[in-house]
Amino acid sequence: MTEPNRRGLLTGMALTTAGLTALAGVATPAFAKKAKSNPAQDANLLNAAIALEHEGIGAYTIALGSGLIPPAAVGLVTSFQGHHKQHRDELAAAIRRLGATPAESKTIEQYAVDLNAGAITGLADIQRLALRLERGAANAYLGLIGPIANSDLHLMLARFAADEATHATVFILDLKEMIPTQAPLYG
Amino acid sequence: MVRLLSPLHHVVVAALLLAACYAQPAHAQPAPAASPKAAGDPVRGEKLYEARCGGCHSLDANRIGPKHRGVVGRPAASIPDFMYSSALKKSKLVWTPANLDRWLMGPSRFVPGTRMAAFVSVPADRTDIIAYLASTTPPPPKK
Ligand code: HEC
Repeated sequence: MTEPNRRGLLTGMALTTAGLTALAGVATPAFAKKAKSNPAQDANLLNAAIALEHEGIGAYTIALGSGLIPPAAVGLVTSFQGHHKQHRDELAAAIRRLGATPAESKTIEQYAVDLNAGAITGLADIQRLALRLERGAANAYLGLIGPIANSDLHLMLARFAADEATHATVFILDLKEMIPTQAPLYG
Repeated sequence: MVRLLSPLHHVVVAALLLAACYAQPAHAQPAPAASPKAAGDPVRGEKLYEARCGGCHSLDANRIGPKHRGVVGRPAASIPDFMYSSALKKSKLVWTPANLDRWLMGPSRFVPGTRMAAFVSVPADRTDIIAYLASTTPPPPKK
């Protein structure tokens, strides 16, 4: 009973996959043809990620320079910034391996404008900004895994997502926000 | 037969009712994702936007991606001081809700060569995010 059914299902799936592949061949390359390497496009997407890291590093520089971080937390905040610097360096190396040039950082002054740092008046504003950026970055990395064709890069992206999620958790607890009851929490 | 079964039946019903009581709070408020409205929920959309798009986008600043206020109804790649990919510049798209929905299903499938990868696989989430974007009014004219 189960055997023919299962075979039927598999055959159906094979047909569907064949149909989709045929369609994809006409309409679009992109991540329907995930296995096909596309180093230039991978580098494009990693350059969006490195821009995210540059901005995160800038945001922590602004936070650390604000005088609003309690002395006891400076070490932790500095270590978070250090993680982002390591991500940046790893991404830059990956982008170079793909034959492209890593995107440059903007200036701190520009990040202060982009992130509306002028509106920061207390520690809670910094925590909210950090949570927005870290949570956004965790989700952004998870969103990159599918579209990036080169599967050698997937573990790196997943690790970065986990790092950002860890940072986000600290700010979630600081701000006494609820951890959602519904999993998955990201992605 | 009836006599024998009914006490058991009562026990089962009682157990089910008890279970239902415990389960009630969760079921009484169905997850918003389970009730997609045609128009979308901009309040839920704002939260999703912050979590899923806020790493790269803001309403009023170009960051990793272009600023978004008033994007619904705007031609693609039309923020003058943002460096778009040539793919998006050449797309000739207008960001109607329908095009935004297709974009958010998989940007690089819709516009091959774009630099945005993020996608939203749950249809109700896309609808709510688009409802939120539609609720953002254009900025007041510069003085
Ligand atoms: C990893 C960073 C990143 C994330 C996360 C991201 N975007 Fe983008 N987005 C970009 C980039 C980069 C572009 C410019 C794409 C190009 O030029 O090809 C863009 C462009 C766009 C555009 C086109 C705007 C215009 O002016 O033509 C829309 C609409 C958009 N994003 C919506 C979203 C929404 C909604 C989300 C959340 C579900 C999201 N983006 C998440 C990086 C991101």
